[in-house]
Amino acid sequence: MVAQNVVFGVLAAAMAVSAIGIVRTKNIMHAALFLVVVQAGGAGQFILLGAEFVAWVQVLVYIGAVIVLFLFGIMLTRDPMTAEESLDNDLKWPGAAAALLLAGLLATVLIDAFEKEEIELVAPTYTRAITNSIFRSYIIPFEIVGLLLLAALIGAVVLARRD
Amino acid sequence: MLLNQFLLLGAFLFCAGVYGVITRRNAVLVLMSVELMLAAVNINLVAFSAYRAGDVVGQVFALFVLTIAAAEVGVGLAIVLLIYRNIRSSDLDDVDVLKG
Amino acid sequence: MRLPTRRSPAVQPVLHGATWWTNGGFDLRVGVQIDGLAVMMMFVVTTISLLVHVYSTEYMRDDRRYTHYFAALNLFTASMLLLVVADNTLQLLVGWELVGLCSFLLIGHWWEEKPNGDAALKAFFTTRTGDIGLLTGVIMTFFVVERATGQGSFDIMAVNEAALSGKVGHTLLMMTALALLLAIIGKSGQFPLHTWLPDAMAGPTPVSALIHAATMVVAGVYLGARLYPVFYEGLNIGGGGINAMAAIGGTTVIIGAALAFVQDDIKKVLAYSTISQLGYMVMGLGVGAWTAATFHLFTHAFFKANLFLGSGSVAHSGSHHSFDMKKSMGGLKKYMPQTYWTFVIGTLALTGFPMLAGFFSKDEILATAGESDYQFFKYVGLAGAVMTAAYMVRCIYLTFFGEYRGGQPDVHGDDAHAVEHGHDGPHESPRLITGPLWVLSGFSILAGYLNAPAFGIEKFKEWFEPRVAFPETLIHPEFKMADAATAVVVVLIGYALAYAYYWPKVLPQNLSERNGLARAGKTFLVNKYYLDHLYTNVVVGGIKGPVARAAYWVNQNVIDGVLNGVGRGARVAGKFTYAVIDQKGVDGAINGIAVGTGEIGDATRKLQTGRLQFYALMLFICVGLFGLALWLGH
Repeated sequence: MVAQNVVFGVLAAAMAVSAIGIVRTKNIMHAALFLVVVQAGGAGQFILLGAEFVAWVQVLVYIGAVIVLFLFGIMLTRDPMTAEESLDNDLKWPGAAAALLLAGLLATVLIDAFEKEEIELVAPTYTRAITNSIFRSYIIPFEIVGLLLLAALIGAVVLARRD
Repeated sequence: MLLNQFLLLGAFLFCAGVYGVITRRNAVLVLMSVELMLAAVNINLVAFSAYRAGDVVGQVFALFVLTIAAAEVGVGLAIVLLIYRNIRSSDLDDVDVLKG
Repeated sequence: MRLPTRRSPAVQPVLHGATWWTNGGFDLRVGVQIDGLAVMMMFVVTTISLLVHVYSTEYMRDDRRYTHYFAALNLFTASMLLLVVADNTLQLLVGWELVGLCSFLLIGHWWEEKPNGDAALKAFFTTRTGDIGLLTGVIMTFFVVERATGQGSFDIMAVNEAALSGKVGHTLLMMTALALLLAIIGKSGQFPLHTWLPDAMAGPTPVSALIHAATMVVAGVYLGARLYPVFYEGLNIGGGGINAMAAIGGTTVIIGAALAFVQDDIKKVLAYSTISQLGYMVMGLGVGAWTAATFHLFTHAFFKANLFLGSGSVAHSGSHHSFDMKKSMGGLKKYMPQTYWTFVIGTLALTGFPMLAGFFSKDEILATAGESDYQFFKYVGLAGAVMTAAYMVRCIYLTFFGEYRGGQPDVHGDDAHAVEHGHDGPHESPRLITGPLWVLSGFSILAGYLNAPAFGIEKFKEWFEPRVAFPETLIHPEFKMADAATAVVVVLIGYALAYAYYWPKVLPQNLSERNGLARAGKTFLVNKYYLDHLYTNVVVGGIKGPVARAAYWVNQNVIDGVLNGVGRGARVAGKFTYAVIDQKGVDGAINGIAVGTGEIGDATRKLQTGRLQFYALMLFICVGLFGLALWLGH
C-alpha cells in the first residue's frame, strides 16, 4: 500500500507540475511536451488502478497519435517570421479566479462526499471483461463511435484541404 | 489508496484545463487545455471503476472518451488550420466575428 | 409465401432491437418494429424515392451541387425509413428531426437566392414549433406506460397497449394526444401551421414531390396512425361529437382547397392541394377512419408525386423553368402530350374520379365519417371534393390549354442549364422524366384497387391494419351505392363549374374586379388569410422587436444610465465641492471617480466582445456559482 501511495504521489506531482506548465509556459513546443508527461502520468495512474488496457490505449492514442497531431498543428500554424508574442490574453486574473473557484468547490464537495472511501484493489481488470462489456452491453455506442471517427476523418480532410 | 486522492488529482487537472481554455491566445494551446480536461475526466472514470470493484463500465467509458478526444483533436486542428489560412493567425483574439 | 387471411389470428409485429444505452436501470433501446403499417410506409417511401432519384438524374443534371443534392436526398429517405421502422418513440423522434433537417437542406438547395434560404428557414422553424409538441408528447408517452404498468417505457407497442388498458387517467392521455397533435399540425402542414408548405416550393421540384408524397409531411399522419390508440382514447374519438383532430383536419381541408384557387404558381396549387389532402387524412384519423386515412396516405403519395413531377416536367421542358401558370404556360398540351396525359391521370385520381385511386380512398374516409357520429365531417369532405375538382381543372386549363404564353426564357430560371435548352421552345421531356411519370400514373390508377369495397376487395385492411394494441371498435363501413353516387356527382359538379368558367366562359368572368365582396374574398385568399402577417409581424415581430428593444433600452438607459449617472453625479458633486470647499485638494479624487466610471463603462462593454474565451470564462464562473449555491443549499 505504501509503495502504491508513493508512486501515486510522484506521478501526481509530476502531472500537476506539467499541467501548470501546459497552461503557463511561454513556449508552445514545451506545452506539447508537458502534455506528454501529463498523459503518461495518467497512464501510470490507470495502471495503479488496475486498468491496464485503458493505460496502454492511452499511451498508444495520446502519446502515439494525438501529440504528433499537436506537433503538426503547431508547426503548420506558427509563423516563423514573426516573433513570439505573449501566449496569454488579458483574461489571466479572471481566468485564475474562475479556475480557483471551481477547484475550491470541487475539492470541498469531494472531501465532503468521499472522505474515507478506500479503493480495494483485488486484481487488475482483464481485457476480456472490458471487451465483453463493450461488445455486449455497449455495442451500439461502439459502432456509433466508429462512425464518429469516420466522420471526423472525412470532416478534417474536407476542412483542411485546399480548394 | 483513498478514492479521493485520484478524484482530487482529477479536479486539479480539470481546473488547470479551465484556466488554460480561458487564458490561452493560441488556438492549439486551447485544444491542449481541453485535452487536459478530458484526461481529468478519464482519471475520475477509471478511479470509480476501481472503487466499484468488478465494474468495468467506467473503463469502457474512459475508452469512449479517449476515442472521442482523438476525433475532437483531429477536427479541432483542422479548424485551427482553416482559421490560420483565412486570417494568417492562430490567435483567438483575432477571431471575434461573433461580436454583435 | 402465404398471405394472412382475414380470419388469421392476431399477428404480432416483428420486433428486433438492441440496447442503446443503459442508465439507472432503464434500458434505452433502438430497434425495428415491422408490422403492416410499417411495411406499407416502407413500400411508399422506397418506391417514390426511387422514382424521384431517377427523375432527378435528368432534372438536376448540371446542377451546381449535384452530389450534395443526392446525398441529402438519400439521407432524407433513410431518415424517413428510420422513423417508419422505429419501435420506440425516442427513435421516432430522431428520425423525425432528421427528416426536418433534410427538408431544410433540400428546400434551401439553391440558397444563393435569398428567398430560397428564407423558405428553408421558415420550414425548419415552423415545423420546430410543432416539434415542441412531439418532444413533450414523447416524454409523456413514457409516463403513460408508467401509469399502466409501473415501469416507464418508450416502446410504441407498450404505449399503445397502455393507452388501451384503461388504467391511465384520461387527462394524461388527452394531454399526450394534444401534444402529439401539435407535432402533426407542424409536420403535416395542418392549419394553422401550414404556412411553411407552400414556401417549401422553393426547393427543386423532385424534392417537393418527395416531401409531399413520401417523406416529410406524411410523417405527421404516420405518427397519428402509429400511436393511434393514444389519440383514440385521449381525444375520445370513438365517442363521437367533435374532437380536436377531426376539427383541425376538417378546417385544413377547406382552407387549403380555397387557397389553391388563387395561386398562379403551379407548384403552389399542388402545395395547397397537399395541405387539403393531408387535412383529409388527419380528419380521417380524427373520425375513427384509421384504415381509410392510411389508405388515402398510400394513394395520395402516388398521384401527388405524379402531379409534382409532372409540374417539374412542364417547367423543365415547357416553360423555361418558370412555374407561373399565367405568365409562362398555357397550350402545352400539344407540345408535351406525355406530360399532359400523366398529369390528367394524376388529377383525375386526386379529384376522386370514379375507379381511380383517390375515389376509393377519399370515399372511404367520407363513408366512415358518415357511418359514425361524425356526419358533419362528411359534408366538409364533400365540400372539399368540389373545390379539389374545380381548382385542379383550373390548373390544367391554365397549364395545358389556351395560348402558349411563355415567350421569353425566364431570367430567374433556377437551373444552370436553363440556357442550354431554354431557347428552343416547349418540347416533351426526355424519357428519364416521363418514365417515372408513367409509372406513377400506373399506380394512380391501380393503387385504389387494394381496398375497393365496391368489388369486395379489402386487401389493404387485411394486410396493413394492426391486430394487436389497436382499438377494436373501429368502424369499417359497408359499400353504399348512394354514398359513392353522391361523391361522383359532387366531383362532376366541381369539374363542370370550372369547365364552365374556363372553356365556354359562361360563368361571369373577372368577378373579383367587378364585385366588391368577391374582391375582398380574393384579397383575403391571396394574402393567405393573413397568417404569414400574423406570424412574421405579430408573433415573431412581437417577440423579436420588444425583447430586442427592451434589451437595448436596458443597455442604453439602465446600464449606461447607471454609469453616466454615477459619472454625472460625481461631476455634480465635484462642482459642488469645487465651488464650496477646496478646489485643489479634492480635485484629484473627483477626477479619479470620473475616470473610474469611464473604465467601468469600458469594462462592461467587454461583455459583448464576441470573444469565445470570455464567454467561456462567464460559463465557468456561472457553473461554479451554481454549484456553490447547490452545495450550500444541500
